[in-house]
Amino acid sequence: MNTRRVAVTGMGCVSPLGVGTEPTWKALVSGESGAGPVTRFDATEYSTRIACEVDGFDATDFMEQREARRSDRFAQFAVAAAAEAAEQAGWTSRVPFDQDRVGVVIGSGIGGIETLESQHRVLLERGPSKMSPFTVPLLMINGAAGSVAMRFGLNGPNFAAVSACATGAHSIGEAANMIRRGIADAMIAGGSEAPITPLAYGAFACMGALSRRNDDPQHASRPFDADRDGFVIAEGGAVLVLEEWEAAGDRGAEILAELVGYSATCDAFHLTQPDPEGAGAAAAMRLAIEDAGVELDSVGYINAHGTSTPFNDKIESKAIREVFGADAPPVSSTKSATGHLTGAAGAIEAVFSVQALLSQTLPPTINYATPDPECDLDYVPNTGRSTAVEYALSNSFGFGGHNACLLFKRAS
Amino acid sequence: MATDTTVSRDHILETFREQLAGFEVKPDQVAEDSSFDVLGLDSLDVVELSVRVEDVYGIDIEEDDLENVTTIGNAIDVVLRKISEKS
Repeated sequence: MNTRRVAVTGMGCVSPLGVGTEPTWKALVSGESGAGPVTRFDATEYSTRIACEVDGFDATDFMEQREARRSDRFAQFAVAAAAEAAEQAGWTSRVPFDQDRVGVVIGSGIGGIETLESQHRVLLERGPSKMSPFTVPLLMINGAAGSVAMRFGLNGPNFAAVSACATGAHSIGEAANMIRRGIADAMIAGGSEAPITPLAYGAFACMGALSRRNDDPQHASRPFDADRDGFVIAEGGAVLVLEEWEAAGDRGAEILAELVGYSATCDAFHLTQPDPEGAGAAAAMRLAIEDAGVELDSVGYINAHGTSTPFNDKIESKAIREVFGADAPPVSSTKSATGHLTGAAGAIEAVFSVQALLSQTLPPTINYATPDPECDLDYVPNTGRSTAVEYALSNSFGFGGHNACLLFKRAS
Repeated sequence: MATDTTVSRDHILETFREQLAGFEVKPDQVAEDSSFDVLGLDSLDVVELSVRVEDVYGIDIEEDDLENVTTIGNAIDVVLRKISEKS
């Protein structure tokens, strides 16, 4: 049944490193950080006051004013990323498929939280009759997937996957499986998140999940470094255009990479802490590689989940060792530069994995200064690396114990 | 203003013109006989607009009040009625 293969033909992203895949990738490989003080609200009273915010994003560059007004920030990111990806895939004038056979899976960890917060304030301060009738369509997590479908007229399968910080990877993996199973011929898939709001930010901060390196934001996200103290939350969105391999080839599309493996597992251990043995993460990596039917040693790069929290990085390193043994491939965490895009992380890291294959360049883990004896892999420290790489694995793990891995193959 | 019971239709029309700028509608498109449909407003937009106009005149427009409101002129009637009920 799995004879249908999946081509990546378009990529789009809005990130703290730039609006668009090209500026983002350029900043990433040159070792820039997207972090700074929180500016989207007054964070004076918070224990953490740093974030990776998207600068210079104007939604009306990507949609009509009317649509922008009727979209939460997270959905705006998704539509902008989809517009870029569709353009790269050559979908600009028309979608080159039967539109009933083209779908969208774009998820988010928390969706339109900014809308929820502002409308809750209206409710408390002014009463229910003053609430906006747009509250529901703006806050609902599936709003991004619905908006993208409307924009391109895509009548195929459409929903949002929700698995916290694994959302982007699940979205892409589930979308790919729809193509493999013959349910769809093409999909737009990814994740989007706009969590830099008083409530959402405060909620992460009070868990102790966020770095408190407030005096030095650009060095706060330091995955695998001994002095890491939490993640730096980020906003943004990213999507891939996926097409059935033969159809993509027949229409002469430029194939950027092949999505060859996907897996999903759960720790079933704790809602927010990873299983200390990393068994669920290790199983996910193995299953994605098995799904592709390739040998372990063909994997030439791992884009780690690498959040910069003490637990994740230690346990993920252990799980990678467990799977790959002494010959583990180079591993980097691009969250060192972008921060943690939560529900969009798996999607933007899928973009980076494809970019790594396209450019034969591994993006670095920046801010790597002091080795941690419990993190003993090659983390591509501080500078990007040119190298031959045929397969790139992207790891995503989320609160809830969710693990999802995507394996991409270089397009030959 | 909120207690002025002699608000004119023209004044309310002007208020609609101002508020509709937030809905990508140009002032010269707005007349008594303009339908919300033609102005590009759907039912959710009309509710949102009514909340904004409520604030200008200190009135409460209920969902039922909007039932047969399809044009700016209909909406002006509702606003006038609400202002008079209030006084």
